[in-house]
Amino acid sequence: MSDSLVDAMSTMREQEALAIARVLLDGDEDPLKILDDCSKAMEIVGKRFEEETYFLPELMLAGDMLKQISEMVKPKLHGEATSGKRGKVLMGTVEGDIHDIGKDIVTFLLEVNGFEVRDIGIDVPPGTFVDEIKAFQPQVVGMSGLLTLAYDSMKRTVREHAGADAFGKDAMEGIALAKKWIGA
Amino acid sequence: MRERWMDASPDAEERQEQQFHVWLSGKNITFENSEAEAAYKDRVTLIKDAIQLKKTPARIPISPSAGHFPIEYAGISWHDAMYDYDKLAYAWEKFHVDFAPDTFSTPRTIVPGKALDMLDFNLYQWAGHGLREHQEYQFVEGEYMKAEEYQALIDDPTGFFLTVYFPRIFGALTPLAKMPLLPPVHEIPMVPPALMPFGMEDVKAAFKKLSDGGDEVTAWLSAVGQVSASIMGKGYPSSAAGLTKAPFDVIGDSLRGTRGVLMDMFRHPDELLEACERITPFMIKCGVASCKAAGHIIPFIPLHKGADGFMSDEQFKTFYWPSLRKLIIGLIDAGIVPQLFAEGGYNQRLEAICDIPKGKTVWWFDTTDMARAKETVGTVSCIAGNVPLDLLCTGTPDDVKDYCKKLIDTAGKDGGFILSSGAGIQGSRAENVKAMIDFSKEYGVYR
Repeated sequence: MSDSLVDAMSTMREQEALAIARVLLDGDEDPLKILDDCSKAMEIVGKRFEEETYFLPELMLAGDMLKQISEMVKPKLHGEATSGKRGKVLMGTVEGDIHDIGKDIVTFLLEVNGFEVRDIGIDVPPGTFVDEIKAFQPQVVGMSGLLTLAYDSMKRTVREHAGADAFGKDAMEGIALAKKWIGA
Repeated sequence: MRERWMDASPDAEERQEQQFHVWLSGKNITFENSEAEAAYKDRVTLIKDAIQLKKTPARIPISPSAGHFPIEYAGISWHDAMYDYDKLAYAWEKFHVDFAPDTFSTPRTIVPGKALDMLDFNLYQWAGHGLREHQEYQFVEGEYMKAEEYQALIDDPTGFFLTVYFPRIFGALTPLAKMPLLPPVHEIPMVPPALMPFGMEDVKAAFKKLSDGGDEVTAWLSAVGQVSASIMGKGYPSSAAGLTKAPFDVIGDSLRGTRGVLMDMFRHPDELLEACERITPFMIKCGVASCKAAGHIIPFIPLHKGADGFMSDEQFKTFYWPSLRKLIIGLIDAGIVPQLFAEGGYNQRLEAICDIPKGKTVWWFDTTDMARAKETVGTVSCIAGNVPLDLLCTGTPDDVKDYCKKLIDTAGKDGGFILSSGAGIQGSRAENVKAMIDFSKEYGVYR
């Protein structure tokens, strides 16, 4: 039964995935097992995105299915410990830029890949980045920007030209960089 | 229902020729002198030859998109540009005089802030309205049309925009929700109910705001019209005028939002496709009318959601391309030349987009591989592009010249090419912009 949940989710059969999750939950399946199946499905989706057989539509729909099933399962969870995370990443869109789609995609993929992500939103001034870094203690800080003005904000935030250790051309590059740095 | 816009009409060629003739004549332009008039005509001829693919132009036309660069270059703020039309005009003239590209980029994308304030426009934020003085205007992505509303849009696009969408995106136009349906107003007893909302105080106030906004736009148009006439009078034809959009982007950008429209491909595929079809004739008319109003023949069409990575090839061919292709054919039928600006990468789409009539379009690319573009869509369409923004913003003049040389050698071979930036050049270093223009003018001569 749970194989079919993984299958339905990873092949974008939304209604079926939700129905299976509901049946499993009503049949007293361990809620953690259901979430585990969701993670397996998300891994498949992430891999297909990496291989360019899936694109943004699949990523977004999968994310939405995960959200719906998590909400369905939540009332049955009793504070069980979540599994160990790979590392911590702080994400934000730099000052002056209010775009969030790119940042959200990277955040989503980082989470699917087992990172603990704190998303501090859009139009984030340098001082806020610094405060959040102190509080959250991430190994990686990701700065997002769509507009050319983002270059200047990134410079101001990190203080030298780009000053960044790397630039991820797309979301998958960002994930690979985070894995490399954290050694996970 | 009759299928329209599948093939270009037999007289499209002739109409395009007539349209070029009018544009080339510059009949409504007051030229500074005969040299300026000759320069204008030479430049239009370069563009015409590049577009029609019938002969190699004398040289490659150099037409970078000024974007918002003139504002930064003139040292005025975004707030100034949107609220003080004299300063906007000053910045625009200064850019064109100092850099002398082959074409003039219209200042009409720098819209009047006061008119937006009056209507409490909330689809964007701008300097003085949510953003600081030096920030450029930015789109506020959202779900402005709900998935359940597809049918209402399909049934009556105009009514939906007027009574549902406008009250959402213009705070001051909430009372327009009371506007009557128009097709029922065709018998004597139907007149009073249709007039009733116009007697309501809140509706009157909304119309007053529209009227005030219209006055402000008139003042702005007068300023941008003057500076445009002045720049064109110096011999620079406008690179494009008018604006329309791919039907899928109309739905995806500003109605459903990126997340909404991409998930609709799974959840509401039929409604999404039908909505794209319903919007298509509006976008054709919009392109034709906005060109006509500007006395031009090339409408600008920014393309968004069909780029590489946003969807698969199959999704592109199913959801994005069919209605865009109809838009292209509809514009070609009117004799005008769609300028399709493929933002981001279009490497995966190059084969699909070849299915268009030859010598009738401009495909302007951002990060697409221009050598491949030349071999594919370049055989049926003029291609334009693509000096990268990162190079213009962070490189040196020598880096820029190297890029332009390679670009001209590959994409520019045997004509059919307009050298442009990959996008609007805001954030660029002035010396890099100068290097791009000066070098390419000289190196781009066909010998």
